[in-house]
Amino acid sequence: MEPKAISLRATGRGRRRLFVNRLAEGSAVLAAAVAVAALGIVVWSVGSRGAGALSLDFFVKGPSSSFFGGGGGIAPAIVGSLLLVAVAAAFAVPVGVLTAIYVSEFSSPGVGRQIRLWLDVLNGFPSIVIGIFVFALCVKVKMPLLGIGHHQSAIAGGFALAIIMLPLVARSSMEVLGLVPDHLREGSYALGVSKWQTVLRVVLPTSLGGILTGTTLAVARAAGETAPLLFTCAIAGQLVDWNPTHSVQSIPLTIFTYSESADPALHQQAWAAAFVLIVFVLVTSLAARLLLDRSRRRLGLQR
Amino acid sequence: MLGAMQATSIARPPALRRTRNAGDRIGDGVLYGLTALAALIGVLVVFAIVWRVAEGAWPAIRLYGLSFLWHSEWNAPLDKFGARDLVIGTVVTSFGAMLLSAPLSIAIGLFLSELAPPWVRTPVGSLVDMLAAVPSVVIGLWGIYVLAPFDAQHVQPFLGAILGWIPIFAGGGDKTPSTVFTAIIVLTIMTIPITSSICRELFLGVPTELEEGSIGLGATRWEMVRTVVVPSVRGGVVAAVILGLGRALGEAIAVTQVIGNFIPLKHTIFAPGDTIASRLANQYQGAISENQVAALIYLALILLVITFLSNLAAQRIVKRFELQRTGGS
Repeated sequence: MEPKAISLRATGRGRRRLFVNRLAEGSAVLAAAVAVAALGIVVWSVGSRGAGALSLDFFVKGPSSSFFGGGGGIAPAIVGSLLLVAVAAAFAVPVGVLTAIYVSEFSSPGVGRQIRLWLDVLNGFPSIVIGIFVFALCVKVKMPLLGIGHHQSAIAGGFALAIIMLPLVARSSMEVLGLVPDHLREGSYALGVSKWQTVLRVVLPTSLGGILTGTTLAVARAAGETAPLLFTCAIAGQLVDWNPTHSVQSIPLTIFTYSESADPALHQQAWAAAFVLIVFVLVTSLAARLLLDRSRRRLGLQR
Repeated sequence: MLGAMQATSIARPPALRRTRNAGDRIGDGVLYGLTALAALIGVLVVFAIVWRVAEGAWPAIRLYGLSFLWHSEWNAPLDKFGARDLVIGTVVTSFGAMLLSAPLSIAIGLFLSELAPPWVRTPVGSLVDMLAAVPSVVIGLWGIYVLAPFDAQHVQPFLGAILGWIPIFAGGGDKTPSTVFTAIIVLTIMTIPITSSICRELFLGVPTELEEGSIGLGATRWEMVRTVVVPSVRGGVVAAVILGLGRALGEAIAVTQVIGNFIPLKHTIFAPGDTIASRLANQYQGAISENQVAALIYLALILLVITFLSNLAAQRIVKRFELQRTGGS
């Protein structure tokens, strides 16, 4: 028993290094916990305050007309949001998908890079500035086209949302189109099929799932945007309105105006509307993300 | 159509040159034209936004010139408009948010790429991404009624007591709910998902051999991160932070809900303030005069230029970094 057992415990400098390592690892875990906790607290606050105010009336009635009366609903805002998002998708989805086809099937890599760059720049523009752009383009100025102009309308608001959606749709479609294996295209060409038929019958059907989910993510984003609507589709009537040339209510703006009001009954409504919005946005984007992962994996495996 | 084409080309080999029949030529041309037009629209929208906003701001630019940037008064009835305090407010809130969000985001990126076991990685990563999907108006609503009162009652007095001797942290005991500080916290929450998800991708891209080499030489995990992982993607991390900054600079709704919309600015972050974007959002219900409209659009132009420059810089850095990484192979 003469040779003493060598202790494997770190001492001195080694101990300090291990301690610093532990500290750093701990901080990283803590940081992740903070982010998850932030999401948890926000969702829990909205859920606990909003869910209680939900009722059938909330979905089918308009805002209560009496000054102090609660019990109103947000039916006009739900309809308005649907209308706005539909208009936005009608503008943004064709342009976005066609842009993606141009970049992946026709353009040279250099041009493709340029288009990507400008789409990223567009994506980085503050949404409030896009609202002001649309305001300067077709609200402030008389524009007899389409019956819009000189007043706010769902078309103007939808157009602003479309500018938000465009880079998202285009970028996600590009990514999916890039995953379509070249041997599918080559097989089609080898059979004598022309380029446009190859794109429409081989490339697009293969990537349709991915494009749809990318579009869904963009719709979820647009549905929650408030800032682009402030100048383009904010001052609206209290009734359900399906006419896109009229200014309509929307869920995000309802939350915004109610949250700034002094009436506690309206705060309650704001929480409930926020609950509806957050459930819609989170469920849609979660589902889209899962589907996107799946179609990406499938395309990746075909390679 | 396909069958007919094949039949003719087999029957008459000399006609092989003309396998592309008229329908296909037109189809190809139309598809090319449509897609090119769409791509052009996407690029044109960027220029249309810049042009139109500059044009809308022109009356104000002519009237106030560059001195708009260093006058602080915002008085609609007197037609006096200046952006100084709004610009300062924007810079203070955004950079304050970056001071908090950058270290947190980098740490989250490290956690998700280096530290966490796979079964933790995926769900936590998705949760952080979902934080990005929460609409800003909902964060703002939560900011007004949950975060701001909590800040006013507990956080601000606490920080004021410790750091109150520094002028910008003075007045923490006033318990004001709508403050610059609350806006900074809200912006921090909103920028974490952007910056952290880019950081995660960057750290995942660091070659495993480098990391293993470092560990093999006896480094601890932290030493590996500090000496190998972070230095090899430093530029990308900077770009990720700038992209988060771009989001913070332009966030209008959530900020206007919590910041109190008040200028002139006080010399402390525990008092109400205002930013460019939040002033824009706050004035939507009607401007009094043409001059005020032009001044608001001038504000939008300033914001556009700031975010444009910062985003372009970030893109450049990311591009160069990608080239560096994939350069040799």
